[in-house]
Amino acid sequence: MALPKPASESDLSVLSTSASRYVRDSLPRYKMPDNSIPKEAAYQIIHDELLLDFKPKLNLASFVTTLMEPESDKLIMESINKNYVDMDEYPVTTELHNRCVNMIAHLFNAPLGDSEDAIGVGTVGSSEAIMLAGLAFKRKWQNKRKAQGKPYANPNIVTGANVQVCWEKFARYFEVELKEVKVREGYYVMDPAKAVEMVDENTICVAAILGSTYNGEFEDVKLLNDLLLEKNNQTGWDTPIHVDAASGGFIAPFIYPELEWDFRLPLVRSINVSGHKYGLVYAGIGWIIWRTKQDLPEELIFRIKYLGAEQSTFTLNFSKGSSQIIAQYYNLIRLGQEGYRNIMENCHENAMVLKEGLERTGRFNIVSKDHGVPVVAFSLKKKNGGHDEFEVSEMLRRFGWIVPAYPMPADAEHITVLRVVIRAEFSRTLAERLVQDITNVLHDLDKLPPKLIVGEEEKQENGGGALVKRKSDLETQRDITTYWKNYVVAQKAIKRQKVAAS
Amino acid sequence: MVITTTTPGSDEHICSTFASRYVRTPLPKFKMPEQAIPKEAAYQIINDELLLDGIPRLNLASFVTTWMEPECDKLIMASLNKNYVDMDEYPVTTELQNRCVNMIAHLFNAPFGETETAVGVGTVGSSEAIMLAGLAFKRKWQARRKLEGKPYDKPNIVTGANVQVCWEKFARYFEVELKEVKLSEGYYVMDPVKAAEMVDENTICVAAILGSTLTGEFENVKLLNELLVKKNKETGWDTPIHVDAASGGFIAPFLHPELEWDFRLPLVKSINVSGHKYGLVYAGVGWVIWRSKEDLPDELVFHINYLGSDQPTFTLNFSKGSSQIIAQYYQFIRLGFEGYKNIMENCTENARMLKEGIEKTGRFDIVSKDVGVPLVAFSLKDSSKYTVFQISENLRRFGWIVPAYTMPPNAEHIAVLRVVIREDFSRTLAERLVTDIDRVLKEMDEVPSSHVSAKAAHVTTTVDETQDGNGGRKRVEKSVRETQEEVINTWRRFVASKRTGVC
Repeated sequence: MALPKPASESDLSVLSTSASRYVRDSLPRYKMPDNSIPKEAAYQIIHDELLLDFKPKLNLASFVTTLMEPESDKLIMESINKNYVDMDEYPVTTELHNRCVNMIAHLFNAPLGDSEDAIGVGTVGSSEAIMLAGLAFKRKWQNKRKAQGKPYANPNIVTGANVQVCWEKFARYFEVELKEVKVREGYYVMDPAKAVEMVDENTICVAAILGSTYNGEFEDVKLLNDLLLEKNNQTGWDTPIHVDAASGGFIAPFIYPELEWDFRLPLVRSINVSGHKYGLVYAGIGWIIWRTKQDLPEELIFRIKYLGAEQSTFTLNFSKGSSQIIAQYYNLIRLGQEGYRNIMENCHENAMVLKEGLERTGRFNIVSKDHGVPVVAFSLKKKNGGHDEFEVSEMLRRFGWIVPAYPMPADAEHITVLRVVIRAEFSRTLAERLVQDITNVLHDLDKLPPKLIVGEEEKQENGGGALVKRKSDLETQRDITTYWKNYVVAQKAIKRQKVAAS
Repeated sequence: MVITTTTPGSDEHICSTFASRYVRTPLPKFKMPEQAIPKEAAYQIINDELLLDGIPRLNLASFVTTWMEPECDKLIMASLNKNYVDMDEYPVTTELQNRCVNMIAHLFNAPFGETETAVGVGTVGSSEAIMLAGLAFKRKWQARRKLEGKPYDKPNIVTGANVQVCWEKFARYFEVELKEVKLSEGYYVMDPVKAAEMVDENTICVAAILGSTLTGEFENVKLLNELLVKKNKETGWDTPIHVDAASGGFIAPFLHPELEWDFRLPLVKSINVSGHKYGLVYAGVGWVIWRSKEDLPDELVFHINYLGSDQPTFTLNFSKGSSQIIAQYYQFIRLGFEGYKNIMENCTENARMLKEGIEKTGRFDIVSKDVGVPLVAFSLKDSSKYTVFQISENLRRFGWIVPAYTMPPNAEHIAVLRVVIREDFSRTLAERLVTDIDRVLKEMDEVPSSHVSAKAAHVTTTVDETQDGNGGRKRVEKSVRETQEEVINTWRRFVASKRTGVC
């Protein structure tokens, strides 16, 4: 007699994932589970949980690319199992990398002969690129000081307070002092004159930003170069410049070709750019280009025998995927200069549409410039009704938009801005929709009571223009309760009137 | 009258890529092209050129994973456009990373409570992980020395000469002296006794490797710990240990759980492991775990207001893809402990099978050990006729990439071939490899000795030197011209005598 198998032992592979027990078991979070589970179940579980992440395309906070063409996606998937550092095994991939370096170096007007190889390398992002550049400057400066017999224990670097955090990391991890030029209200980037003042004999370089994170502005590298040349003539210190073109490096050459910010300026010795920002590649790729061989000290380059073949390496990371490098090359040859130019012009156009839409609401000050990275940074005109930019940002999330709000850097921290980054995939339709949603959010906020900040002196215009002075906690609570009571009563009255009228 | 104008390239979109002009125009290699080209053409051109790369799965040189399940590929594709560092925007992805850190910390027996969060981070690979760990050690040591009022400008680190290059990078870039324990013939890892001897007051840590790159061997971390505990008691220097478990970290816990190498040893303060080696994920993910909060100096952690929300960051890289982290989590829950164990057992079995096949040829000495990373490193018993480098080159003709290299000081006269057994290296492939090695050996045997190629002339000279110690074979000096003539004559004879059956 055949005994039927109990249901729990029947063929699990027959059950659909949702019917199986895998969606009932809670996944361990601290320890690896003891048993395996079918791959379909693993996929489904993870995929479902990831639905709760926000949509990358609507993440208007980030400069990093969120959309590439399907052909590029195919190339990425096909090369996802290639370890970039196996140069001997994947010579074509290595060559594509070198071609990218050459193309970008030429884009930045590096002083190269016609078939001379540029000095540069692909990195995982601008952070790594900046650390490599900083390391090169530090080593060069140390060697110079040793040769002069002077102390070399206190290197410093001069930047604006608007630098991205990777400069602070570089300074702290590599033991270099960070001398920040403070910004001020209305002038949110590094002032070249102040920067040059701060340069001393221990300065390894001055870092200028092409495309400030806070408002997209391009710093005046040409002026910095001129002023620094003058100072170098006087002091003989020969302080160089590094341009952090993380965002601007793939914008300026296409829509502002006459702007001199790159190797055309003699003091610029290295430039970094993020392939994953306006290089239009997914996250995970940056580039660093040096002016000449002399700007990259030999002692920092490792010539190793890796897996049996000789190769040179000067990056912080070793093994990494090849996909983004191939994707960068795809973009460079697929789009060409014409394609990049068109895209950047579109971004700029859409940024203007958004900016004008925001101006028309009459409630915002535009803090970003027209000239620069296509970014619209704006702050509320008056703290009317006690609402601030953080609340606007919170409420926009309900509509699905992620628009960050943050204070400006040191010495202008009292200014808070909202910032929308216009990426290549941010169409005009989305821009118009965003303006609409921002207008809706403002309406909603107007109806809400003000965000009372307890214990702070505040001047508020409350109906009859009476000044509100410092209050104790209890008094404030009573005020709030009374306010809400009145508000609710008033609303009820309005409703009754409406009902009576209809 | 209608005037027809032909706009250049008006009907190009109907041409198949190979009919279009795009496959005739040379691609610029130094400057960005001026014009755009259709995406299909761009794809085809790049895809075709990449056909000339080696095949990742036949790349037996690398530890890095080259195959994942299609479901995982789907997850990877879907998360390519998520920038990992946007923690506020992608909270689930961030949490998956944290879960991975917890799981790995538990795997390494980190001493923390059931629901406590481990201290660790995902990196782009073991290089970044090691630099972070080294930075933490350096900072802790400096802080301690400052307190003691002693000089802190000459930190050093003690490792074996068999370390991977990222340790040398760390030393050079972060200005730490590298004190290497030299190897000796037959002992290709760091000797714990010698290492403990080399430790001085400026040593920030001793780095032991679990799974040496060259031979796959596990270093004796337990012995190192005991010796160092003793020395610390005498000197009061409190020198810690870091374990570079780049390869071994995902092998030892499954195959050798009784082996004490991790946080069970009190002096081990941090461990790094490559997710993209035996963590079974594609290239681009590594992990570093610290024993406790005290081992990661607070001043190295940045709390930044990035895009509007506060988040802590302690990595060298900032923006990067999320795909590999999600893939790592997929592997953890998909395979679980038993899955990883099964895979590692399979790898070990296939390695053993390959080793036996190679031993059966009778021509090789096996240099790798049985306990360790599943790889087979072998050297030629007799290198007089040809070297492992030539075998490696000839194996390429069959499609295999098997690297050959010399050992580090002081064993540079030993050259080995090394085959790494990854998850996707099945028994069938192992048997095929043995067959092909046999074939290569036979071919090379037929070619008369010391005339294999002019290029090998200098290699032959090297080989002759090593025989000096074994039996005093004399070095035969030849001029380049003579060698070339001999080579040509030999090949003529060789070709004449060969019967291939192909007409």
